[in-house]
Amino acid sequence: MADHNPFPGENNTGHIWDSDLRELQNPPPRWWMIGFWTSILWVVGYTILYPSWPVGEEATPGILGWTQIEEYERGVAQIEARRAEFESRIGALGVEEILADPGLTQYTLASAKVLFGDNCAACHGSGGQGNPGYPVLADDDWLYGGSTAKLTETITQGRKGNMVAHQDILSAEEVDTLARWTVEMSQGEPGSEAGWQLFSTKGCSGCHGPTANGVLAELPGGEVITVGAADLTDRIWRFEPGGYESARHTILYGVNQSGVEQTREAVMPAFGPTARVEDVEIRRLDPQEIKKLVVYVHLLGGGL
Amino acid sequence: MSSRDRATEVEGLYAEAAQWHVNAGGETIHAKRLSGRWRTFKWLTASVWLVFFLGPYLRWDGRQAVLFDIPNRQYHLFGATVLPQDFWMLSLLLLFFAILLAVVTAVVGRAWCGYFCFQTVWTDVFTWIEERLEGPPAARRRLDQAPFATRLRARLPKHLLWLVIGWFTGFSFVAWFVDAPTLWRTFFTGEAGVAAYVTVALFTAGTYVLAGFLREQTCFWLCPYARIQGVMLDPTTLVPAYDTGRGEPRGRLRRGGEAAAGQGDCIDCNQCVAVCPTGVDIRQGQQEGCITCALCIDACDQVMDKVGKARGLIRYASLDELEGRPTRPLVLRPRVWLYGGILTLALAGIVYGLASLAALDLKVLHERAPLFVRLSDGSIQNRYTLKLLNKTPEPLAVEIRVSGPPGLEVSGLERPIQAAAGVVTPALVFVRVPESALAAEQQPVVFHAEARRGDGQRLDTARESVFIAPAP
Repeated sequence: MADHNPFPGENNTGHIWDSDLRELQNPPPRWWMIGFWTSILWVVGYTILYPSWPVGEEATPGILGWTQIEEYERGVAQIEARRAEFESRIGALGVEEILADPGLTQYTLASAKVLFGDNCAACHGSGGQGNPGYPVLADDDWLYGGSTAKLTETITQGRKGNMVAHQDILSAEEVDTLARWTVEMSQGEPGSEAGWQLFSTKGCSGCHGPTANGVLAELPGGEVITVGAADLTDRIWRFEPGGYESARHTILYGVNQSGVEQTREAVMPAFGPTARVEDVEIRRLDPQEIKKLVVYVHLLGGGL
Repeated sequence: MSSRDRATEVEGLYAEAAQWHVNAGGETIHAKRLSGRWRTFKWLTASVWLVFFLGPYLRWDGRQAVLFDIPNRQYHLFGATVLPQDFWMLSLLLLFFAILLAVVTAVVGRAWCGYFCFQTVWTDVFTWIEERLEGPPAARRRLDQAPFATRLRARLPKHLLWLVIGWFTGFSFVAWFVDAPTLWRTFFTGEAGVAAYVTVALFTAGTYVLAGFLREQTCFWLCPYARIQGVMLDPTTLVPAYDTGRGEPRGRLRRGGEAAAGQGDCIDCNQCVAVCPTGVDIRQGQQEGCITCALCIDACDQVMDKVGKARGLIRYASLDELEGRPTRPLVLRPRVWLYGGILTLALAGIVYGLASLAALDLKVLHERAPLFVRLSDGSIQNRYTLKLLNKTPEPLAVEIRVSGPPGLEVSGLERPIQAAAGVVTPALVFVRVPESALAAEQQPVVFHAEARRGDGQRLDTARESVFIAPAP
């Protein structure tokens, strides 16, 4: 390093090596330095005001006392306050009254969409389109009735189908006749004499109803009495893919028959607030949530 | 390489470094202000910004003509109301301005920077005030060296005036978003919104700092446009340029006003640098610091007049022209056609959008899960969500009619839909088509909406959707 500067007026730092290699003064612009020091001041201020330094398990709280969870909770409280108005109205009104109010219906649909996704969609599909073995909720074919009262009952208490396995009751020929007859019926044809004969005498009509439409009796006011047996006269098959083989299988092995290996399964769990699963009382959906779901399912398309 | 050669090389580097001047804001540029053609032109173009200050006070149909009403999610543009649903037009508007910037730059360089940009225009006004209050550049440079108390006393009025302009800038900005007369009343009684106060404060501080202190540093180091201009200019672009062939070799005039033999027209008077608001030397060619404000043209022309030489030593010229290559007329440049084409398309879209802003808008969303449902009688049902947007200020009872395959039945539209004012009203609609009419997997269905306003005006709109069925 030179004691005297051999390059005067050049604005070097005085650090010179090998007699000509020198370090020049080239400070950052002032505005840049102002920004730099402002950032440092900002950091100091920030760490005083907000949680920042880790101390043990926690962090220094900051004198403003701000926490992320409180901000989140405030946000939730805000949205709950907006929902409260709708929720109290839904609580006070019946399903039909909710359906008569377009605004409230829209709120209920938006709210129930989540409930449907969490509780129903796994079996019945995201839009109620059904799955193999699980009924379509968007059509007008209801095993237990499609009125809002029946829907409430179904969701609250659950359902379990029951059909005897006929493999040891009917001869192969009889099963064949009945399966063919079912296919004919589903295509809107009158159905063979022999089929009707078997249907009426072998106990089928006891559940499927005298006219095979799944209804045992109609009550004044439109309600129907059913045991959940399928309507054999419509175009919809309870068990996909439908047709001769499907029908034959169901007749042979029945529905929910213990001990019958190939039996059909048709169980819907209860979603009521005090549903019991294997003798343990559990809480699933409260009446308010069920009410919303009824509106939602009703408007999937089958309730009209 | 011998040690002597290396020494020469190293010294050469230092010499170059010494000449290499980076304007990092170390010293304030006190540009000389001259009158002239381009100076007048710059004032004219800058006055476009009066619209920014005065625009909010224009009234139309009893309300502010242009009002960006953010809390209510609607923009009023004279007679038209633009709702968020019409925002595709905004993207076209942004495209239009982006391309406009590109096409203007390709043709006449950074005209935006030189004549219109808020940074350079506000800086221009701020330095004009400076000159009025503190005198010409020499006096201001002297003042820079004066003791603090003297400086404070001499400069306080200027700073106050700057802050007032900054405040007006912020206030005028806010006035585009809230009713301006109301803002004048509420702002001083403390009743205006927090956002208004914060915005005005930020604009006041921002204007004061950016136009008062950062000035050309913004163009040099903060503004991205100054940097991307390199790809927008080409050798055919007209920019203020120094005619090197005519000017060089430059040299001072001898006593008596005579030029030395072989000397070019540039008399090295440095006036072009003295008047430059960003402090660049245009004689070094196009550079990032040049905002193409053309003030150097004014300065040079005046000098050329004084020494009796032709004007235009610095003039608007393209690189091709200066280097003696043939110049292509504007219409033969593909770049201009391409930019012009995009510009026209964007403009056509905006015009179409504004012309077709209907007071009643219908959207139809076809349900996707499931696409269709087979009903007991074999017919097929599709579910639709209608979204009715009522842009009128009154509630409407909207009748919906559906046309499509024969035998089609509709439920959900038994009563008219009550569409509240200014919002979207959703409605569920189910359409059923009997098995016999299921001709194809997809058939068109059209939803017609019709409503009557209080004054008897009939509004209608239609939207086509699709009816989906299993393959026949």
